[in-house]
Amino acid sequence: MENWKENRIVFWVTALPGVFWLTVFFLIPLALIWGMSFGEKTSIVDIEVTGTLANYVRSFESVYVQIIWKSIWISALSCALCLAIAYPIAFGICFSPPKWRPLLLLLIILPFWINLLIRTYALIAVFRTRGTLNFLLEWLWNLAFMDKLIGPYQPLELLYNNGAVIVGMVYVFMPFMVLPLYATIERLDRSYLEASLDLGASQWTTFWKVTVPLTMPGIVSGVILVFIPMLGMFLVPDLLGGTNAIMIGNVITDQFKAANDWPFGAALSFLLMYVTFLALALRAFIGARSRGRVGV
Amino acid sequence: MTYKPRFMTSRRSLLKGTGAAFIGLTFMPYKSMAEEEKKLNFYNWDTYIGENTLADFNSATGIEVKMDLYADNAELFAKLKEGNPGYDVIVPTNDYVERMITAGMLEELDQSKIPNMANIADAFKDAAFDPGRKHSIPYMWGTLGHGYRKSKVEDAGSWKASLVGETHSGRIALLGDGESVIGIALKYLGHSFNSVDPDHMKAAEELLIAGKKNIKTYADDNGQDLLASGEVDLTMEWNGDIIQVMAEDDDLSYVVPEEGSLLWQDCVCIPKGAPHPNNAHAFLNYILDADAGAHIADTIQYATANAAAKAKMSEEYTSNPGIFPSDEVIAKCEPSLYSEEKTKLRSESWTRIQAA
Repeated sequence: MENWKENRIVFWVTALPGVFWLTVFFLIPLALIWGMSFGEKTSIVDIEVTGTLANYVRSFESVYVQIIWKSIWISALSCALCLAIAYPIAFGICFSPPKWRPLLLLLIILPFWINLLIRTYALIAVFRTRGTLNFLLEWLWNLAFMDKLIGPYQPLELLYNNGAVIVGMVYVFMPFMVLPLYATIERLDRSYLEASLDLGASQWTTFWKVTVPLTMPGIVSGVILVFIPMLGMFLVPDLLGGTNAIMIGNVITDQFKAANDWPFGAALSFLLMYVTFLALALRAFIGARSRGRVGV
Repeated sequence: MTYKPRFMTSRRSLLKGTGAAFIGLTFMPYKSMAEEEKKLNFYNWDTYIGENTLADFNSATGIEVKMDLYADNAELFAKLKEGNPGYDVIVPTNDYVERMITAGMLEELDQSKIPNMANIADAFKDAAFDPGRKHSIPYMWGTLGHGYRKSKVEDAGSWKASLVGETHSGRIALLGDGESVIGIALKYLGHSFNSVDPDHMKAAEELLIAGKKNIKTYADDNGQDLLASGEVDLTMEWNGDIIQVMAEDDDLSYVVPEEGSLLWQDCVCIPKGAPHPNNAHAFLNYILDADAGAHIADTIQYATANAAAKAKMSEEYTSNPGIFPSDEVIAKCEPSLYSEEKTKLRSESWTRIQAA
C-alpha cells in the first residue's frame, strides 16, 4: 500500500480491530477511572463524579509525596541496575554464534512462563534466613574452616529490607530490559566499531562514543518498559519488603481494596501517569534538541 | 495436512464451549421458573470447606456446585461492589456482613427454607451486626493471637511481646492488615478494638511506629509460614493458620494474649442478584446439618458455630484451647464493628505507620 488515502477501505479494515480493541479495553476503562479521580464517595458503593480536586489535593499530603519519592528512587535504582546487568547480557547474546542465539534468548524469556507470584515466592525460599543462599554460604564457611577459626556461621538477613525489594524488581523485570537492547544491538552496524578501533580509539572510548549512542533507542525503550511498571509495583515490596517497604502501588491497591476509596486510588494512579507523560515529553524534547545539535 | 481435521474439531468444540459459557453467563433471575437449574456458584476462602462437602451435597440434591476462591474480604467486596457477577453463596466476615447489609448487597434469607438453623449454638443465634439473622448464618469463628516458638518465646501471653517487641527484636512479624493491627494496639493500650477517639488512635500509631524497629515484616497472610520456617519466633496471626502449622511442628503454639483480642465470625450469605436462590437456601441448610457440619469442622479445624455438629466431634477438637478459647478469654475479646469513618482513619494511619 503506497498511500492510505488511496486505499481507504483496506486501511479501515486493517485498522478497525486494533482501534476497537484500544477503545473498548483501554480508552473507555481508563476514561472511567480518570473521571472517578474527580469524584466523591456518596455511599459505600456509589461514587459521584463531581469535578472535585480534593483527591488530587490529598495526594500532595506529605506522607504520599514521601511514598511517591521513595517509589521513584527505588525504581530508578532498580532500573539502573537492570540496565547495567542486561547490557552485557544482550551484547553477549548478539556476539554469540548464531546457532546459540535462539537458545540464549529462550533462557531469557523462560521465567515468563512462570507466574510472577510464584517467582517471587521462589526468591523468598532462596534468600530467607534458612534459605538456599544462606545454606550455601554456611557450607563454604565451614569448608574454609572458618567455624573453627572465627565461630559458627551467622546467617545473613537478606530478606525484608529495601535491598531485597531492589533485587526482586531487577530479577522480575530483567527480560524486559534485555529484549529491546538485544533488538538494537543486533542491528548495530559493526563496521562502525571496526572503523573506530582502526582509527585509534580505545575499546573504552569506542564503547562510550560509538556503541552507546548507536544503541540509545534500545536503552531508552528498555528503561521506559522497565521503569514505569516498577513505579506501580506492589507485589514485590509486599512480599520481600520489611516494615518500610510501602510503595505507591501498595497505597493504590489499598484504596481499591481495604480502604474502599476508589476516587482517591484513581487520583493516585493518574498522578503516576501524569508524571510518566511528563518524563516522556521531557525525553522527546531533549531528544529533539540533541538531534538538532548533532545534526543527524 | 494431517492435523487439519483435528483443528476443525477443536474449533467446533471451542464453539460449543463458548455456547456453554454464554449459557453460564446468562445470570437471569430464575424466580419466575418453577424449577431452578441444578447449579450453584459458591465464592469461598481457600481450604475453607469440607473435603467431600460439595460432592456429598451434589449426591444429596443433584445440585452441582462450582467454587471460586478469594483471599480476603476486601477482594470479595471489590468484586461484588459493581454488581453480583453471578455468585449464589459467599462467606464474608462479620464486619463485612454489616457493611454489605448497609450497602444493600445481601439477600434477605427465607428462614422457613433453612430448618437446620435450629442447630446453631445459642451464642450465635442472633448477632449485633445482623439482628435476627435476617441475612447471614454463622459458619466458623475464631480469634487473633500470638503464634510463637515455645523454645524461644516465654512472654507471648501479652501483646507487649510483639507490639513493643524489645524481647525478640528482629524476630517478630505482625499482620499486614492495618485495621486489625491498629485495633490490637488499641486493645493493648486498654481501649476498645473499635475506638476512633483521636487520642487513642494517636497513641496506638505512636506505639506501632516506636515498635517498628523490632519488627521484621508485616506479613500479608503468611505469618504462619514465617514462623514454621524459622524466619521469626513470634507472629500475630489468625488461630486457624497457626493451628495448621502446629500440626507439623511440636515447638509451635498459639495463645490469645491477656489484654484480649479480636473475635471474628465468618458467615454464609446470599448476595443480591444470586441466580439460584433456592439452591443457595438448600446449600445453607445443608452446611448447618449436624453430619455435614462435623465433616467441615473436621477438615478445616476451625471452631464451628453449629452446636449439633460440635456434639459429633472428637474430644481432641472440642478441648483444643487454640480452637475453642475459654469463656474467660472470650469475654475479653471484641468483634470488629463496621464504620466507614473507622476504615478511613485506620487506612490513613496505617499508611503513615508504614511510611514512618
